[in-house]
Amino acid sequence: MLTGLFIILLIIILIATIVYGKRLIKVEKIDAVFGNPERSKGGYHWIIAGSCSILLLWFYFSWDVARSFFPNSANELCQVAKVRDSLVSIKYVFPIEQKTLKSSDFIKRENRNIELLNNQIKQSSIANKDKDKLIFLLVETQSLIKILSDEKYLNPEIKNKVLGVANQIDSLSKNIQNKNYPQFDSLSSEEKIAIKKQGFWGETGAEVPFYPNTKFGLKFDAASKELNKIVEQFFLIKNNSEVFEKKSKELDSVIENYRDTLAESQEVETQFAREVSKIYGRVTRSNIFPANVLDPVEQSVVRFEEVQKKEQGSLKIIDTLLFPGGTVVASGQTCSEQGSGRWLPKPTDTLKEFLHLLDPNQGYKNVPLFWYEMMGINKVVDFILPDWIADLVPGKYPVHNNEGKVISNFKSNVLDIVTGNFELFSIPVPSGHIWDSFLRVFLGLTLGILCGVPLGLFMGLSRFAAGYFDPLIELYRPVPPLAWAPLIITVFGIDNSGKIFLLFIVSFAIMVISARAGASGTQLSKIHAAHSLGASHWQILKEVIFPNSLPEILTGIRVAIGVCWGTLVAAEFLAGTTGIGFVENVARKYMQYEVIWITIFVMGLLGLLFDIGMRKIINKTIPWRGKG
Amino acid sequence: MSDLVSENLNMVFTSPKGETVHAIQNLNFVLKKGELLTVLGPSGCGKTTLLNITAGFLRPTSGKITLGGKEINGPGLERGMVFQQGALFEWLTVADNVNFGLRMKKEDPKKIAEKVEEWLEIVGLQGFGNTPTYQLSGGMQQRIALARCLINDPDLILMDEPLGALDALTREKMQSLVLKIWKETGKTIVLITHSVEEALLLGQKLYVMAPRPGRLHKEYQLPFAKMGLSTDLRQIKNEKEFVKKREEILTMIWNMEEEIMGKDI
Repeated sequence: MLTGLFIILLIIILIATIVYGKRLIKVEKIDAVFGNPERSKGGYHWIIAGSCSILLLWFYFSWDVARSFFPNSANELCQVAKVRDSLVSIKYVFPIEQKTLKSSDFIKRENRNIELLNNQIKQSSIANKDKDKLIFLLVETQSLIKILSDEKYLNPEIKNKVLGVANQIDSLSKNIQNKNYPQFDSLSSEEKIAIKKQGFWGETGAEVPFYPNTKFGLKFDAASKELNKIVEQFFLIKNNSEVFEKKSKELDSVIENYRDTLAESQEVETQFAREVSKIYGRVTRSNIFPANVLDPVEQSVVRFEEVQKKEQGSLKIIDTLLFPGGTVVASGQTCSEQGSGRWLPKPTDTLKEFLHLLDPNQGYKNVPLFWYEMMGINKVVDFILPDWIADLVPGKYPVHNNEGKVISNFKSNVLDIVTGNFELFSIPVPSGHIWDSFLRVFLGLTLGILCGVPLGLFMGLSRFAAGYFDPLIELYRPVPPLAWAPLIITVFGIDNSGKIFLLFIVSFAIMVISARAGASGTQLSKIHAAHSLGASHWQILKEVIFPNSLPEILTGIRVAIGVCWGTLVAAEFLAGTTGIGFVENVARKYMQYEVIWITIFVMGLLGLLFDIGMRKIINKTIPWRGKG
Repeated sequence: MSDLVSENLNMVFTSPKGETVHAIQNLNFVLKKGELLTVLGPSGCGKTTLLNITAGFLRPTSGKITLGGKEINGPGLERGMVFQQGALFEWLTVADNVNFGLRMKKEDPKKIAEKVEEWLEIVGLQGFGNTPTYQLSGGMQQRIALARCLINDPDLILMDEPLGALDALTREKMQSLVLKIWKETGKTIVLITHSVEEALLLGQKLYVMAPRPGRLHKEYQLPFAKMGLSTDLRQIKNEKEFVKKREEILTMIWNMEEEIMGKDI
């Protein structure tokens, strides 16, 4: 209901923005000719229109439109799918959806197999006696096909049975057109209980409620049950005339006898005999009929299909219009969404799942997405202060006295502090998948900038540095970052340090190259000016070269953020226990499409935030770029 | 006395291909303190090289230039330079550009602020202290460059075609400003220019240089700079003497250019 209102609202907004945009174009100034870049400015209403379009497409292709406006449609489609499912095996026999009659297809294939085997036997180097025998067996097998295909040998009962099946299907076709169908109680008592227990569409992921909820569905459910029985009967009809039975039994014993006579050394002959036996087996099991015997059933199935399609009525239209890229499919005891509705989760479900994940008590794999945890200040102190501070304190660590007690002194007190062996208060520390990923990028990037920028500036100014460090940078920079991952994970482990190091080497190369470009792009006259104004080397570096390289450096950082972000997610895919990439990888294993899409969305959003932040910083710090 | 003296100055450049270019050959001159020298010549005559050597950015191949008896071997505060495009630090405000030299010397901030105010007023930019330099016009930028150089109180001011990139109107105003500063501060100034008119107007002394190899071709002592201190510049340009000199030098440079072109063909 709410979703439906939202969808209608989206459509209204979309139309409104388009109308507004159209009107704006009409009143635009005449001098705004085509090709004037000014014309691309100020299109905020088009941003809204674009966002609405994306959301609507998402609602549409995830079948959320269908669900919010026709909540029962999936259940009804499930009943229709049951009918389709019941008919699948019988339709397969006839050229209804297949191109050829199944029997013809089989005969064509086996004839070719026989011919191939025949040629192989003729060309082989086995004794003529065996050759003759094997070819005789093949010819006999082929004659079985002839018997099966000839209406003259057909058991007269079969025609009656076939007609019986056809009549049953026809009467079902007639019955389902009746408004009161099914007149009988088609539901078992277990099913009646299950109907009450089953949830609504979307309650259990991609699965659709199986038992009929509506009168319309009940009709198709009953029809499918009847069809199942009819189809069962149909497949019990076997083409086993007396002639065929006799002949095949004879041939069977002949083949077996011949196989028994073969010695173990006659490997080729044994192999051929096995092939012949296989073909014999396939032919006897084939249940092929003379070409036109089954026609009544085929015609009745086609008629039934027409009737049931007509009976679907408006559901057919809903299926084509509101279930794009697939439909509901029944198989065995379940009905499921197959197509875009399966792998594209519905926005409503995604939002619900996202709120669920955001709940810090839930999170994903016992780790919240983005929350905080209380961390003792002692742990923070332990992390920040190195332990060797205690060693610097004069004196010795205390030893135990006669009473078996250790009395602490100043030195041991200092050791307690630096190792965090005390309890005071706790402070909130951010934690969770998103924060972990963010922290890794931040640390890797910061390290890369701190090391890369000075080296890059140095390389831009000194022939020695440019030459000496060039091979190092240029050799490892073109390597795709992920190619380092297996090695780095082996050395540093799957925890933070490995990923931070990976991101460090990625951002380092980018920062070196951008800082170098910035430094070597400094105008000589500016350096000259600084010299003649009395600046020292350090001052020139700090006051002229560094600010002059800032545009390049900031652009480098922007690029590095993008690359680091991509590398990190992939690295988290490979190994780790937290992080946004880890979440996606686990969700992939459990086919949690909602979670996968949430991670994709979060990553996109964070990337966008990083980029907007960097753009803001760039505009603030280097407004003079390109204007010098 | 802090005179600028050039003794047997030679500058030879060698290109990576091994060709040598004699940019300056046996240049000798003496510029007394407080003189305004303009240097004129066709392109490739070594004017900029001369300036760069004087500023200390280049070392001569042989010979030397001395300022007040001290040989020049590196950039120094006593020689200020004004560049063609200003070469301002566009990431700094006007005030920070002007006080750059003082900040590098780590002078007292209060003193610095006072001096900046003073100099911005002299170059006619009072009130622009906090404006980013990239927002200013070419003429204003050149004024900042002048102030930035002069605030350090150099003995010698070197100007490398400082007014070359300005429009005619701004140029005339700036020429007056240069003369005014020259008069008020009494600095020694070396100004390189392409414009014959400018060289005549501003130069108390005028050197015409000839190319290949770069050498001193002719030397003039001119009265116009002194006149310009009191008279309107446009009026001077119409004086008979001025027109005669201008035509004479123009012909001279034309001939030089033709000689080069002839050689090329």
